[in-house]
Formats: sequence, C-alpha cells, structure tokens
Amino acid sequence: MWDFQWTLQILPDLLGALGTTVQITFLSYLIALVLGLLIAIARRTPFFGAVLHAATEFIRTTPLVIQLVFVFLLTPAHITPMTVGVVVLGVHYAAYTAEVYRSGIEGVAKGQWEAARALSLPARRTWGAIVLPQAIRKVIPALGNYLIATFKDTPLLIAIGVAELLTEAQRIGSASFRVVEVYTVVGFLFLLVSIPSAILLRRLERRYAAV
Amino acid sequence: MPPSDTPVNAESPGVEGQSLIVFDDVVKRFGDLTVLDDLNFSVAPGERVTLIGPSGSGKTTILRLLMTLEKITEGVIWVGGEPFSHMRRGQGLVRASEGYMRERRKRIGMVFQQFNLFPNMSVRQNITEAPVHVLGTPKDEANARAKELLDLVGLGEKIDAHPTQLSGGQQQRVAIARALAMQPEILLLDEVTSALDPELVAGVLDVLREVAETTDITMLCVTHEMGFARDVSHRVLMFDQGQIAEEGPPEQIFGDPKEDRTKSFLRSVLDNGF
Repeated sequence: MWDFQWTLQILPDLLGALGTTVQITFLSYLIALVLGLLIAIARRTPFFGAVLHAATEFIRTTPLVIQLVFVFLLTPAHITPMTVGVVVLGVHYAAYTAEVYRSGIEGVAKGQWEAARALSLPARRTWGAIVLPQAIRKVIPALGNYLIATFKDTPLLIAIGVAELLTEAQRIGSASFRVVEVYTVVGFLFLLVSIPSAILLRRLERRYAAV
Repeated sequence: MPPSDTPVNAESPGVEGQSLIVFDDVVKRFGDLTVLDDLNFSVAPGERVTLIGPSGSGKTTILRLLMTLEKITEGVIWVGGEPFSHMRRGQGLVRASEGYMRERRKRIGMVFQQFNLFPNMSVRQNITEAPVHVLGTPKDEANARAKELLDLVGLGEKIDAHPTQLSGGQQQRVAIARALAMQPEILLLDEVTSALDPELVAGVLDVLREVAETTDITMLCVTHEMGFARDVSHRVLMFDQGQIAEEGPPEQIFGDPKEDRTKSFLRSVLDNGF
C-alpha cells in the first residue's frame, strides 16, 4: 500500500540526493562542452587529429558503465568516487559533443574562411570571432540534448558508489522494503528536472533555428 | 624532390621597378586539370586590369593565387619586386611559409562573388575587424574610418545593421568597404556582380567606378560586365585555356579584337545579354 506519510519522510533525503545528481550533471556537462570543443578543433590537425578521432570513437562505442568502473578501479583511493564519476561522465559526453561541434564547424561556409584569410586575420580571430560563433549557434539544440542525456546517465554512477539519487533510493528501498514509493518518487524527481530542461531546450532551438 | 623545394632563380623578373605584380611561368593544376598553363604577365602600380574569357579559363584562379587561397603548382608570383608565392632562402627561393604569406597578403584585398560578409557581426564589425586585429588600428579610429567608407559606398545609415538585413547589392557594397578598410595596394574583384539581381548591379559598379577614379589602387577584375570593363580598365586580358589569348586596351579588345577566340567570346557574351 502507498504510504503518503512515509513518502514525505523520505523526501528530504531524496531531494538532497537530487542535488548531488544535478551537481554531477552540470559539472560533467561543463567538461563535455569545453573538452568536446577542444577535441573538435584539435581533430583538424593531421596526426593528432587522427589519434583523437580513434579515441573518441573508442569512447563512443564502449558502455559508459564499464568506463566508470574501469577508471574507478585504476584511480588512487584518495580520489573520491564523485570526482571519478564527474570526470568520466564528462569525458564520455565530450566524445559526443566533439562530433556535434565538428558538424557545426564543417557547416560554416568555405567563403567565411576565405574572407578571413583575405583579411589576413590570425587563426585565433578566425576561430574565435568568425567560425566558432557561427558553428556553435547552429549546434546549440544538439548540444542541449546531451545535457538531458548526461542527466539521465547519472544513475550509472551507482556502479562506483556515488550517493546520487538512485544510490540513495536503493539504500532507502532496501532498508525499508518500500520500493514502490521510493522509485516512484525518484522517477518524478527525474521528470521534475528533465521536463523543464526539455522545454527550455525547445525554446533555445526555436530561437537559434533561424540563422 | 618535391617542386616546393626546388631552388628557383631569385632574380626579380619584369622591368626594373616597373611592375607591382609579376606572374613568372605560373602553372596551376588541380589534379590532372591544368588551369593555368605557363602564364606570364605583369601589372604596373595603379594599373586596372580586367580579366575576361570563358568560364574555366583560369581567370578566378589568378585572383585566388594572389589572395593565397590556392597554392601555386609551378613558377613564381612576385609582388612589389619581392617573391610572393615563394620566399628567399640563401641564393634561391623556397615555397612561402604560412607566416610569410600572411605578412605579404596584408597589402592585398579581395571582394568575392558571394560577398562572404560575416553574418554574426554587424556591418561596423565586419569593416573594423581586420583593421583592429590585423593592423592594430585603435577602435575609435577604425570606427570613424568604417563610417567614412560606408558613406562612400552609400550605406552610412546601415552601420549597425546585420548583413542578413541587407540586399545582395548592399552586402556587396559593405564587402567593398571591408576590403578598402585594410587600405590595400591591390584590390581583387572576383565576379562581384554575378550573384546580384540585375537591378542591383549598377549600384555596385558605380561604387567601384568611384573607387577607381578617386584612388590609385591597383585593381584586378574578373567580370562579365563588359561596359564596366571598358570604362574603368587600362588593359584587358582575354583568357582561354589557362593562357592569355589576347591583350590590349579596352577600346581595341572590345572594338577591334584580333583573335578569333576573343571575337567568338565577345559575341557569346553579348548574345547572352550581358
């Protein structure tokens, strides 16, 4: 039977864990955004680019949960599971955002590069003031999708024992045997974050769609 | 040994101090396709030269080589008595490095068929970007100069507009202002009216006539606008299959062409209503 009273009691613990989940999401996503961009740019260099391409393909074609456990087991004990989780999740999604940035960069018209060259602009300005602003604008919706994907993948951190929302739910569930309430609330909490994010993304998409 | 490392005679060809641009046995190939075939010609300072000829005859490639948008296959291009496609090393010449080219091409400006304005920047930023970040012009000065140039091309009131808000003809006039902002010694015009609606062509050509009359910028112009070519150029080069088929003053080329290839080209252009 559903017990409302008890559900209210576990809510603070679950909300606290939700905070951790959101924190992990944003830190990982930040890594994914920055690292992915650097990878996309570096991939345009001949040799290093090929190495990076192979590395990102490897990351994209192996399961995240295995990457988490593998890296966790290899890292020294004084590094917290939380740190490992954030970094692995961030690097994992950087492999995806790099592809997104790459498509955006390739979408910038050849004439833009040529005009920049004709004006003798240094590479730093060509990238920073002309190519990237145009490329990123086009891929904002696609990048946004990976924010939601990152968020939905945070429960995998249970594999390395990070006290995020699902770990906390499992703890409470196994201590009380009231799994229906716990997992229902967890499900709602995930929706509580992802639905507004999805709406926000839809708006961003509409705003940047017309270039 | 690749051709890039072949030492080439480092003596500047062309008449002593007379030529600003010299193409010395220039060959350009794209794969098996030879676009420029052992081309030799020179342009004097302040001279305005129009390149005409059928499409695929290599005219645009000449401009793109001068803008370093393409790499030369053989031969050497000289600008201002110094090697341009190459640089001096010891007694000979080696292929120009990226840094050398960047330094040398600052004196060359280009206006493209497709305008190529930066859509993420305002008209003002389009014009001031290079002066500020390449020449180190103070922002205030670059802004004032942008305003002057926009007045020159008749778009003074559009300084804060974005390129997408402008017509093709207006965009092209901004592109001309952007090229002029770098105070180029050489201006390359690559079919600048070909992408425009017919009613917008005259406005752009008027601006270029004005530039031609009021400055001593050396101009190389690829165009199908024969009236414009006749009005502004000192010399017309007729290209066919990567070589110069005929050259002469516009009155002669348009009024009394000697070569059959020139005659048939001019006939086809006029028939097409250009």
